[in-house]
Amino acid sequence: MRTIQPHLQAIAYASIAALALLALLSSHWWAGELAGQMQFDARLLPPSTAHWLGTDALGRELWARTLAGLGLSFWVGCLAALLGTAIALSLAILAMLSPRLDALVQLLIDTLLSVPHLILLLLIAFALGGGLHAVIIAVATTHWPSLARVLRAELLQLRQAPYIGISRALGKSQGFIVLHHFLPHALPHCLVGALLLFPHAILHEAALTFLGVGLSPSQPAIGILLADAMRYLSGGYWWLGVFPGLGLLLMVLSIERTATLLRRALSP
Amino acid sequence: MLEACQIDFAFTAQPPLLKSVSMGVNAGEWVGLSGDSGAGKSTLGQLLAGYYLPHSGRVVVDGEKLPSRGIKPVQWLPQSPELAVNPRWRVSRVLNEAWMPPDALCRAFGIKPDWLNRLPGSLSGGELQRICVLRALAPGVRYLIADEISTMLDPITQVELWQALKAEAQTRRLGVLVISHDTALIKRLCSRHYHLKRGQLEDC
Repeated sequence: MRTIQPHLQAIAYASIAALALLALLSSHWWAGELAGQMQFDARLLPPSTAHWLGTDALGRELWARTLAGLGLSFWVGCLAALLGTAIALSLAILAMLSPRLDALVQLLIDTLLSVPHLILLLLIAFALGGGLHAVIIAVATTHWPSLARVLRAELLQLRQAPYIGISRALGKSQGFIVLHHFLPHALPHCLVGALLLFPHAILHEAALTFLGVGLSPSQPAIGILLADAMRYLSGGYWWLGVFPGLGLLLMVLSIERTATLLRRALSP
Repeated sequence: MLEACQIDFAFTAQPPLLKSVSMGVNAGEWVGLSGDSGAGKSTLGQLLAGYYLPHSGRVVVDGEKLPSRGIKPVQWLPQSPELAVNPRWRVSRVLNEAWMPPDALCRAFGIKPDWLNRLPGSLSGGELQRICVLRALAPGVRYLIADEISTMLDPITQVELWQALKAEAQTRRLGVLVISHDTALIKRLCSRHYHLKRGQLEDC
């Protein structure tokens, strides 16, 4: 039982993540139009066979809006995680080049880690005027320090490896060593780091949108759906908040678990 | 001639490891270096190959400083070949990082063609050490620091490795510094022998 359980877990999480990915990637074509379609004779209806997850205050289908919202969150998460990982990797490599640059990178990491990042996120998103690009930039520029710290430690350890010294003694340039020795070593860590960054990025996108400095209200983002649901919660319209919230939770959990399992697989 | 002139060296926050060390290896000469564990033999070898900079004194190779760019004329061969190669690279790539050795030389070192397509992890320590030695024999190399390179090998592999290296060193007039605890091995291979004790060299 002990040996089967982790495999079942891995299959279950990877299946949920793959299904969610497939649904989200195609949601733009088959749920995008429906997510914005208003039916004023079907406002605030509870879940039923006609309206699977119910409707919102403007009569829009909640399942279509949830799916479209998760799809949007997925892309925001993807871009923010990729950008954050690129920043972390670049700074970790920069730290290898000289002790002064290393001290500067360390100072930058410590400074950013010492500031509560929700505050920083809000400030950056606000300064950039909100919207999709502001959310992506804000999430990416506040989420790289932890990954950069891990990558820096990994590369510092690698720099001491005899084969790096031998490569230098054989006349290889710093650029060659970075490209052929450091990068291939760092990439598996980057992959796991990006996957672990991804759920954070999605949650913070939803948080920023919920707080009003994220995506525009016209976009069916999860944060907007949850902010709307807050206004109707006291009226007993539970489905407005429960289904988008559950969708977000499932997506974040499945990606986070998949990343954790992948990290274990890559570091035996 | 590979020369160490009045070298002082210490690791950060450690007492001095090498005190005013001077030694030399002529082209084509085999010189031994022995000493207790922690005496600083490997550190001295790495100083001679330019891996560390001495606190004072200098390393001179054929009358010049070690070049900061390009292939170094002094190559250091570490004890553990597993740590001396990128574990993600195939053996052919490991070799080609330095040069493309001719087939005859590969055969002389007992390197089989099928090893070239394998990852270092699938080769034994002896097989990998032959690869590392051959890699260090790239054109432009004039001196080798063989730092306990046969300690982990079985006696037959040791003999084969030293014989191949001896033949190639003779052909190319390579100077070799053999670092080892095994004074019998040093006596068999080398014409001269230094002993490192309390940070200073003694002629044997």
